[in-house]
Amino acid sequence: MDVLQLVVSGLANGCVYGLIALGFVLIYKATEAVNFAQGDFMMLGAFVCLGLTNAQFLGLPFWLAAPLAILIMGAFGYGLEVVVIRRMFGQPQVAVVILTIALGFVLRFVAGLIWGNQPVSLESPIAGRDVRFGGVVLGLDEVMVISVTVLLTVLLYFYFNRTRLGVAMQAASQNQLAAYYMGIPVKRLNSLVWALSGMVAAVAGILFASKGSIEPSIGLLGIKAFAAAVIGGFGSLPGALLGGIIIGLIEPFSARYIAAGYSQVMAYLLLFLILVFRPHGILAQIHSKKV
Amino acid sequence: MTALLELEEVTLRFGGVTAVDKVSFSVEEGEVFALVGPNGAGKSTLFNLVSRFYDPAEGDIRFRGESILKRAPHEIARLGIARTFQNIELFEQATVLQNLLVGRQRHRRGNLVSEMLFTPFVRAEERRHREAVEKVIDFLDLQAHREQYIAGLPYGVRKVVELGRALAIEPTLLLLDEPASGLSVEETQDVAFWIEDIKTQMGITVLMVEHDMHLVASVCDRVLALADGKMLALGTPREVQGHPRVIEAYIGAHGRSKVMA
Amino acid sequence: MRTVFKTSYDADINLFRHRAQAGWYALLALLAGLLPWLVNVFWLGEATNMLIWAIAGMGLMVLVGQTGQASLGHAAFLAVGCYANVLYQQKLGLPFILSFPLGGLTAALAGVLVAIPTARLHGLYLAIATLAISILVDDLIVLSAPLTNGVQGLYAPPISIFGLTIDRYGNPYLFYWVVLVVAVLVVLLYRNILRTPLGRAFAAVRDSEVSAKAMGVNVAKAKAVSFGISAGITGLAGALMGHFAGIFNNETFNLLISIQLLLMIVIGGLGSIHGAFFGAIVVAILPQAIALARDAVTGALGVSSIAIPGLETAIFGAILIVFILFEPAGIYGRWVKIRTYFELFPFYRRDMFRRQRSYLRTERMR
Repeated sequence: MDVLQLVVSGLANGCVYGLIALGFVLIYKATEAVNFAQGDFMMLGAFVCLGLTNAQFLGLPFWLAAPLAILIMGAFGYGLEVVVIRRMFGQPQVAVVILTIALGFVLRFVAGLIWGNQPVSLESPIAGRDVRFGGVVLGLDEVMVISVTVLLTVLLYFYFNRTRLGVAMQAASQNQLAAYYMGIPVKRLNSLVWALSGMVAAVAGILFASKGSIEPSIGLLGIKAFAAAVIGGFGSLPGALLGGIIIGLIEPFSARYIAAGYSQVMAYLLLFLILVFRPHGILAQIHSKKV
Repeated sequence: MTALLELEEVTLRFGGVTAVDKVSFSVEEGEVFALVGPNGAGKSTLFNLVSRFYDPAEGDIRFRGESILKRAPHEIARLGIARTFQNIELFEQATVLQNLLVGRQRHRRGNLVSEMLFTPFVRAEERRHREAVEKVIDFLDLQAHREQYIAGLPYGVRKVVELGRALAIEPTLLLLDEPASGLSVEETQDVAFWIEDIKTQMGITVLMVEHDMHLVASVCDRVLALADGKMLALGTPREVQGHPRVIEAYIGAHGRSKVMA
Repeated sequence: MRTVFKTSYDADINLFRHRAQAGWYALLALLAGLLPWLVNVFWLGEATNMLIWAIAGMGLMVLVGQTGQASLGHAAFLAVGCYANVLYQQKLGLPFILSFPLGGLTAALAGVLVAIPTARLHGLYLAIATLAISILVDDLIVLSAPLTNGVQGLYAPPISIFGLTIDRYGNPYLFYWVVLVVAVLVVLLYRNILRTPLGRAFAAVRDSEVSAKAMGVNVAKAKAVSFGISAGITGLAGALMGHFAGIFNNETFNLLISIQLLLMIVIGGLGSIHGAFFGAIVVAILPQAIALARDAVTGALGVSSIAIPGLETAIFGAILIVFILFEPAGIYGRWVKIRTYFELFPFYRRDMFRRQRSYLRTERMR
């Protein structure tokens, strides 16, 4: 029973990491850029929803606020790409990484300015409720997190591989110049991907906020989500989820069975080991340069 | 007399594709040898095999009689084999002079500590390297471009710097991967003269991949034609051009083309 | 504009292109040496801090700017150098004059150890690996509490050279000069690296590993050496940081410090020694600038402002974003452009420094 509890809460955490990691991988798959601010996107998504639905702010009903927050974050992602990221067109990949790191700093600060730096709770109907599965008691928030994440992963996977838009995005990442020649509106697609990523982050944020209190520095979860994406295979959507689940499960189990301080260590140790022995992650996409 | 470079039954497969299929030939010292063939014939792949970027599935590659298959890629330059790249792999953020100086790595005699402290010995070495590189610059007429960054140079000049960097190694065997591709008629003529000088004045053996048959016919001693990884014909340029299997690979089964005359 | 007429290869090999340039740097050195008498103690302390960050920046610059290997984890080497230096003094009783270089060597060894398993990683993956290292070292310090005193941290004793006790607060002049000497030595070391086959091998690895191998550069070894030198220099900076701060623990060298170091050298100008210094100046004076600005705002508007947490990092981030968007070559890059403008006046052409655009082409193959 105890173990099951660990498993479920580990899975739920893992799914949050997985959702953030999905955002990373989306952007990477389509534009080969890495958005280090993805965790802060999640944080923003959570706070925007909080700002819309909590009584001390706008007090809208949750079922209105949540989709609205998701849309707002989509617009935010789109706008960010148009205003900032697009100017980086043609610059090396590292530059975008550094840019987004700095962006994360700024977003964290702005969130603190608007909503304060004290932990606050999202007034979410999911929070605190339980679900019973034949004698087993699980948190509704945890169940929601897991199911939404799996659903999103499946949807996005099919989107990228089956729809025209998704394939066009992959083409744009594989050979930008050629994609242009094929008539693919590369820049608009890039903006769309960032919008999508923002929306996924918002979902992650709302689900995360339903599990506990939030404050601006939760964006730093993005680093762990990043590790998850790498472990699972950077560039693979199911891999992002897989990596997230692995980390989500390792943490509570190593804290329980090894020692309290080791939960962090295990996750990053695993990351390092994967990088050394199987750098492209578990569900790898192969690299090689032809000369 | 052992040939300088020998390839024996070399075979390489990429997944299901056989890129190189039992290719054997040898390059004698002092000659200019060309590999020709349609795209995908495996010519650059052979270069990458000699440079040890790939491992052959079967066969042996010998330089001066000794197999080089156990060598790491960076040891090949030390043996005296230099190469250029088809898609120009110059160091973009460095000047022409710095690019050429990298070619001197093979002749580096300082060690880590003495270089960090810049001892008089290291200073003398720097002068020595610079003198050697200047000879290459004189040979290729690159004086005007010494201090210019690669990123701003036109394609033709980059090709020349690529050649210069390989020459700075002071090799015994020079592998040229499509030295004339993308060059104008005058620039291609310069390449032809340079290859002649490299052969006669510097005594360097040249193995080149080339599509320009006029260039091949004018400078090369022997030619090997390949298609789909298999050998088609080996001999003088004239012999290979007229070989029916070669014509078939380029044109099709019927007739000769005016281009090949 | 000065025309340099070179009569021997030494003109290119020497540290300075011509006597006037040497003159300027001599003047700079003189000013730096006389600084304790030119400014008050507070600003001297800031200058010392700046120099320490510049040393750390140069350390990272060797790896990132010269060898092109990304590192998001250099705070780990700051930590190794710092802890090693203090522990050698405390546990082994070594004098500073020995523990300091040994601390650097220990950090260098750590760098080589990191380089070996990560030799095959590039760009993004290497950055992530170093990020993992930074976090792991942070946790490792806490976990080895018996040795490192974990979260409570260690006290750094005052520097003692040949019986002379140099404490940051007691003898700020001497402390500043010690740091200055180390900084100058590191600059010389860096310049020497740049003008020898060692530095050229690093640059070759940065620009094209494939052709570097074809030229005879042992890429894996070059990376390891670069990591080692980089970590060593950063370790020295870490040791100085420990003495400067007086007390330190794992938090002093956390991930944000790693990131700050990287952002700093990007702002300063990637690939140049000047870049490390310019970046360090920004990091050192930013808190003071914000404080001054806040005072000015309070004075002008008559409104009292409270300290806002995270303002410093946010402004640092904003500065970086501005630079990355509009001047990717950093402060030094802009300085070079301005200087060239005046040197070539009125023949400066606006697009002289235009970057080559590169279109994205993935190296992933499904």
